[in-house]
Amino acid sequence: MRILLLLALAAAAGTAGAAEERPPPGASSCSGCHGPADGGAVPSLAGLPAEAIAGALAAFRAGTRPATVMDRIAKGFTEEESRAIAAWLAARGGT
Amino acid sequence: MSGLDRRSLIGGLAAATLARPALAQGAKGRVVVVGGGFGGATAARALHAAGLAVTLVEPAERYIACPMSNAVIAGLRPVDLQVFVYEGLARAGLTLARTKAVAVDGAARQVRLAEGGTLPYDRLILSPGIALRFDALPGYDAAAAEIMPHAWKAGAQTELLARQLADMPDGGTVVLGVPGNPYRCPPGPYERASLIAYLLKTRKPRSKLIVLDAKDTFSKQRLFEAAWARLYPDHLEYVPLAGGGQVTAVDPKTRMVRTDFAEYQADVACIIPPQRAAPIAAAAGVADRSGWCPIDPVTFESRLTPGIHVIGDAAIAGAMPKSAFSANAQGKVCAEAVIDLLAGREPVVPKLINTCYSLVAPDDGISVAGVYHPENGVLADVAGAGGTSPLDASAEMRHREAAYGEDWFRTVSHAVFG
Ligand SMILES: Cc1cc2nc3c(=O)[nH]c(=O)nc-3n(C[C@H](O)[C@H](O)[C@H](O)COP(=O)(O)OP(=O)(O)OC[C@H]3O[C@@H](n4cnc5c(N)ncnc54)[C@H](O)[C@@H]3O)c2cc1C
Ligand code: HEC
Repeated sequence: MRILLLLALAAAAGTAGAAEERPPPGASSCSGCHGPADGGAVPSLAGLPAEAIAGALAAFRAGTRPATVMDRIAKGFTEEESRAIAAWLAARGGT
Repeated sequence: MSGLDRRSLIGGLAAATLARPALAQGAKGRVVVVGGGFGGATAARALHAAGLAVTLVEPAERYIACPMSNAVIAGLRPVDLQVFVYEGLARAGLTLARTKAVAVDGAARQVRLAEGGTLPYDRLILSPGIALRFDALPGYDAAAAEIMPHAWKAGAQTELLARQLADMPDGGTVVLGVPGNPYRCPPGPYERASLIAYLLKTRKPRSKLIVLDAKDTFSKQRLFEAAWARLYPDHLEYVPLAGGGQVTAVDPKTRMVRTDFAEYQADVACIIPPQRAAPIAAAAGVADRSGWCPIDPVTFESRLTPGIHVIGDAAIAGAMPKSAFSANAQGKVCAEAVIDLLAGREPVVPKLINTCYSLVAPDDGISVAGVYHPENGVLADVAGAGGTSPLDASAEMRHREAAYGEDWFRTVSHAVFG
């Protein structure tokens, strides 16, 4: 199970390399708002593939996706950092 | 209760011997965390989840959370929603020492407990929160706080202020005294002002709130001032420092609040005094002359005493405000750094997020967000990120921000205490 997760993680992150389970910079802050899927107001990230998370972050950063707060947050991360966060979150089921 | 305490005191030992997740592989050592608030409980949980032997020292039976407590004060929210217990952490297998830390020997790496024992550590994390300074404002001491509540630590003080406001006859004057920087929760006083003004407007319309501030600029200022002009023009008067707003003395016997320029006779006075890190910080040798704790921005290790990390309100975290959101984010980052240090690895240079939601009225929310990283030895804003909600946000957007704020509180308190 863990090996599968790590493979998925390494593949999605591209450059993350082997056995990188440590959260990339910024990733551990996301779960302050994004909890497990339970119908709260903030959308859950559970089940979202890395590509969807990274794509959303890119759109928030560019201002092309409507937001109350994610635009202000996404601008704090580069494309590369966002991809690493997305891969890490997706591999852990979104939290 | 003491039977339960004793069981939970040793309850985590079995769990700590289970197989360790890969994260903590190679990390050996004992970690002690002092303070089971948003910072400490987060860090302890993260370390325990990674398989480390960690003991959380916290004397309180229940944790009464400050975020959302301004709504309790204004009679808009039951206080029960603020109350959390430590059984969730005990159930997760964490070792709890239900007592107070009274001293730290940084050289011998030991924490002394109120009930006599000591806890040795390889790494110590302090998240003890704040102490209210009862030596800073003439007339305002612990006894005065029973008459002029600060309600800046949630619990009995919150309920006292709520009761005083509910009991005040219409036509009364409420005075809110706000300290200079730094203090816990920068936008908190202004959210409190907004919700008290809402209470007066809707239930005691001939009454008035006077806000006396020891500074001229504050968090989300333009958003708060726009909301006050829109919602409370007849009920809220704001006096900044430049207008003579700094409270210089109080007289609890007469409920008089003084500035250098005027006297304000209050029917209800809420006085938020200056603050410093809780006493254990100074006792551990990690507080500087400001009363707060300088830290390394990558690991949160004290600049003054090695082996001790400080997170949450007690720390000088640069541009990061003293908030529950920050304390939670710092708890996770600090736990990672401690794991790395115990494993002999270089800690990852972190980024952290903070977001503070405030209500200007029920269902009417605003926020300020920031992303932070170490720069020149301090936690600095990542340029181009963060900021406040737009000044021209629609009512629908403000409604959504109010809902997001409440949801943040539910998510984070569940993650920490659930
Ligand atoms: C009115 C108000 C509204 C707020 N609203 C928000 C908000 O909307 N959003 C937000 O993010 N933040 C908000 N805050 C701020 C937030 O409450 C604090 O920033 C947060 O609680 C800090 O967490 P901490 O872990 O540093 O300290 P605390 O939460 O204060 O926890 C410290 C713990 O340490 C324990 N302790 C202290 N000394 C010892 C010792 N010697 N031994 C053992 N244990 C000890 C205490 O019992 C306590 O449980 C608000 C604050 C106030 C007052
Ligand atoms: C302060 C709370 C908060 C924090 C912190 C936060 N988010 Fe969000 N997130 C939101 C909200 C609210 C939305 C809905 C869009 C909006 O209003 O900004 C959202 C939307 C999203 C979405 C779109 C989800 C969907 O299905 O529509 C993604 C992806 C996302 N966030 C990722 C992240 C990542 C990654 C982080 C950490 C770097 C993060 N968020 C941190 C509150 C937050």
